[in-house]
Amino acid sequence: MNSRIFPLLGFMLLVVLLVVGLKIADKKTNLPSPLINKPVPEFDLPVLAQAGQTMSRESLLGKPYLVNFWGSWCVTCRAEHPVVTQLARLNAVYIVGMNFRDESEDAVAWLNRWGDPYDVSLVDYDGRTSIDFGVYAAPETFLVDPSGTIVFKHLGQLTWEIVENEILPRVASMESGS
Amino acid sequence: MKLNNILVSVLTLFLSVSVLAQSAPVQEPMIFENQQQEDRFNQLTQELRCLVCQNQNLADSDAQLAHDLRAEVHEMLLAGKTDDEIKTFMVERYGDFVLYRPPVQVNTYLLWLAPLVLLLIGALILRVNIKKRTTLLESTPDEASENRTE
Repeated sequence: MNSRIFPLLGFMLLVVLLVVGLKIADKKTNLPSPLINKPVPEFDLPVLAQAGQTMSRESLLGKPYLVNFWGSWCVTCRAEHPVVTQLARLNAVYIVGMNFRDESEDAVAWLNRWGDPYDVSLVDYDGRTSIDFGVYAAPETFLVDPSGTIVFKHLGQLTWEIVENEILPRVASMESGS
Repeated sequence: MKLNNILVSVLTLFLSVSVLAQSAPVQEPMIFENQQQEDRFNQLTQELRCLVCQNQNLADSDAQLAHDLRAEVHEMLLAGKTDDEIKTFMVERYGDFVLYRPPVQVNTYLLWLAPLVLLLIGALILRVNIKKRTTLLESTPDEASENRTE
């Protein structure tokens, strides 16, 4: 009797592990960023289609802002675009578009075609800044507080749910706090 | 004879195509100062994960990000950075996930110690079983042999 119950228990344990594994399978791709609660990486990048102009980490200090990594080659960015546009209409937070590993003509054409939701667009042509941000793939979105600290990161397509539940409340608390 | 020749050439063709289809190691030519540096590069890119193609390392992946990160590793090597400094650079940006060999720290104790614990549990079960059988054999030899034949 005893010797029969052991294999059964072992089997049950495996079943439990399988169920738990399946339950958290979709969360495994959502890895926590080590950059949360860390200062924004240093950058000093040219502004898209504005010859000679650059913008750095320092010049953005003092207000909350969103950094949205995108490229004209990125299909998911196109899918995410209406959400970013809707957020931009609220005027709730300054939005920096990080155009990375892209040709500037393609980026400008993309923005002209679908609409430009960004308050400013920066060019990270060689992808160096995206590596400093620990970006895997586009789109990725970071929320930065007025002191220049990353408080939230979203990997992949933004949805309105995320904007409403994660981004807007955080922006609101920053503004009431300061 | 002729048919044989055709067969052989067709077979050769298939073989060469299948060899071509195998993924060659994707490496852009990189210049190193010495052999040791190159060995370290190969070692590092094998231990670092390509993040977009989660079950490949940097050395094997052809993804754009892997290209860029290889270039980054290469540059840091030439700049005289140590292996630890290079790994720290990656971990600061991409987290422990970038390492194929997880570090021993509080949240990975379970991972590292579980095999040992399981081994100990196995040994314990084995010991209990052996003890049970030997006492059974020693105390009542007849009964034990009956049990065994059952």
